[in-house]
Amino acid sequence: MNRLLVWYGELGTAGSILRRGLMFLLPALLWLLVFLILPGLALVAVAFAERGSFGEILWNFSLENLSRLLGYGIFGWSPDNLIILARTVWVAFITTLISVLLAYPLAFFIASRKLHQRYVWLALVIIPFWTNLVIRTYAWQLLFAPQLPFAQIAAALHLIEPGTALNPSSFAVYVGMVSAFLPFVVLPLYSSVERLDWSLVEAAQDLYGSRSRVFFQAILPQTLPGLTVGVILTFIPAMGMFVVPDLLGGAKYLLVGNLIQQQFFSSRDWPFGAALSLGLVLLTLIALQIYRRSGKEVDLV
Amino acid sequence: MSRLPPALGITAVLTLAFLYLPMLAVAVFSVNTTRYGLEWGGFSWKWYVGLFQNDQILEAARNTLVLAVASTLIATVLGTMLAIALERYPWTRRARTFLDNLLYLPVVTPDIILAAALVVAFSFLRLISGIFELGMVSMIIGHVTFQIAFVALVVQSRLRSLGRDLDEAARDLYANYSYYLRRVLLPLLAPGIVAGAMLAFTLSLDDFVISFFTAGPTSQTLPLFIYASVRRGVTPEIHALSTLIFLVTVLLVLLSERLSRRAA
Repeated sequence: MNRLLVWYGELGTAGSILRRGLMFLLPALLWLLVFLILPGLALVAVAFAERGSFGEILWNFSLENLSRLLGYGIFGWSPDNLIILARTVWVAFITTLISVLLAYPLAFFIASRKLHQRYVWLALVIIPFWTNLVIRTYAWQLLFAPQLPFAQIAAALHLIEPGTALNPSSFAVYVGMVSAFLPFVVLPLYSSVERLDWSLVEAAQDLYGSRSRVFFQAILPQTLPGLTVGVILTFIPAMGMFVVPDLLGGAKYLLVGNLIQQQFFSSRDWPFGAALSLGLVLLTLIALQIYRRSGKEVDLV
Repeated sequence: MSRLPPALGITAVLTLAFLYLPMLAVAVFSVNTTRYGLEWGGFSWKWYVGLFQNDQILEAARNTLVLAVASTLIATVLGTMLAIALERYPWTRRARTFLDNLLYLPVVTPDIILAAALVVAFSFLRLISGIFELGMVSMIIGHVTFQIAFVALVVQSRLRSLGRDLDEAARDLYANYSYYLRRVLLPLLAPGIVAGAMLAFTLSLDDFVISFFTAGPTSQTLPLFIYASVRRGVTPEIHALSTLIFLVTVLLVLLSERLSRRAA
């Protein structure tokens, strides 16, 4: 005997309600299986294949691409790829760090405005974030031109040759990366700051906590949920970025993303590109794992 | 909160200025007459006029819109259904964990990985079927794949805030399921669905990487066009185009702000 039960707007048996749930679930589930999971598996498979002489894929199982990733090639061992991997992690780390340092003042600034003004300030943060990245990155290229003040100041300080642009350089990459990812930290951080319990901060001040102690013991723990989301939304996409290093870093400052893009387009070496992608996924998983380990609940909404 | 150290306020305003500086530069150069170099040659709208006479740009603009509208429509339907399924039906703990992970996967995967995986999968499809070419369809598929999760997350948070009362009331008043869906659930969800769709739409306009990998040789979008021009050496029309895209973004943000405030 099937017992009838009421489930939100429905009256039915457990089986019929579950069937309705499946009906809602299946379209998206199938879509994600076919266009996300299966392609992902295909990418893994290709990483273990070989590249034919015309750029086609030969299905001979080989670990060659993975050993190439580690630097072993026909000319012996070279650290080039490992340097690019390490640089990718480093650039993502510095980008995240600078973004967090700039995001705190901005988040507190917005939270300190009057309620009806906050929407305006938030919109001001959202607008660049929604403007196409290629455009914003190109715009930095424009600003770094030798005739404009930035390059001239740098030249006056003897940081660059007079008459040259500020890009390509690592500095240009950092500027581009921070301006690309800063809003990703500001928005979640702001939602934490908005909910801050100020009585705890006041209590810390009343108890003569030093400024840094007030920040680290009364403010930081309360903003940790927003900060966590911001750091994840910055660090992981920063590792996969190729537009900014491509336009602002030039050939000297490649990241893994550039290497993957090159394999898929100019060198037509998909197996190596797939192997590099696996390397990037691995870095991503390690980053997420470190976050889990540190005991913070990862919640992206 | 009331007291903010002045240094903090100054840093904040400078940081915001830093975010706007690039757009300001592009806008200034878009009304500069000089074709080569960056010297100021006088004010003119001629690059904007040139924009609307450039067939390639108009074609790319049309592609961008078709891509954004089509992918947003598909992703909004699928994402909304997924959110209702996740939030309103009794899944086992294990199924729930699997679905949550599946949903976060496209959010946390670097887009270049999804792009590379899709290109590989599409080439297999072509190998097997012999007919599939990269183009608008493959771009739409790519965009929907990352949009679904964002739509679902937005609609899900709306569903969570609704509670059960109205669903139960509809049931008590003998509404059948389709009536309940049309007259109770969907109207209540509408603000969330619209917000999710707006997000999906702007994500599509903003995307470069997925389109870059899955576009194929024939279909170009505005970001792809701008990227190609930047690599070739920029013409001033690009400044005008970028400024217009920026202004459209401003309008979209204001519009969605207005919509979400009305919904709240």
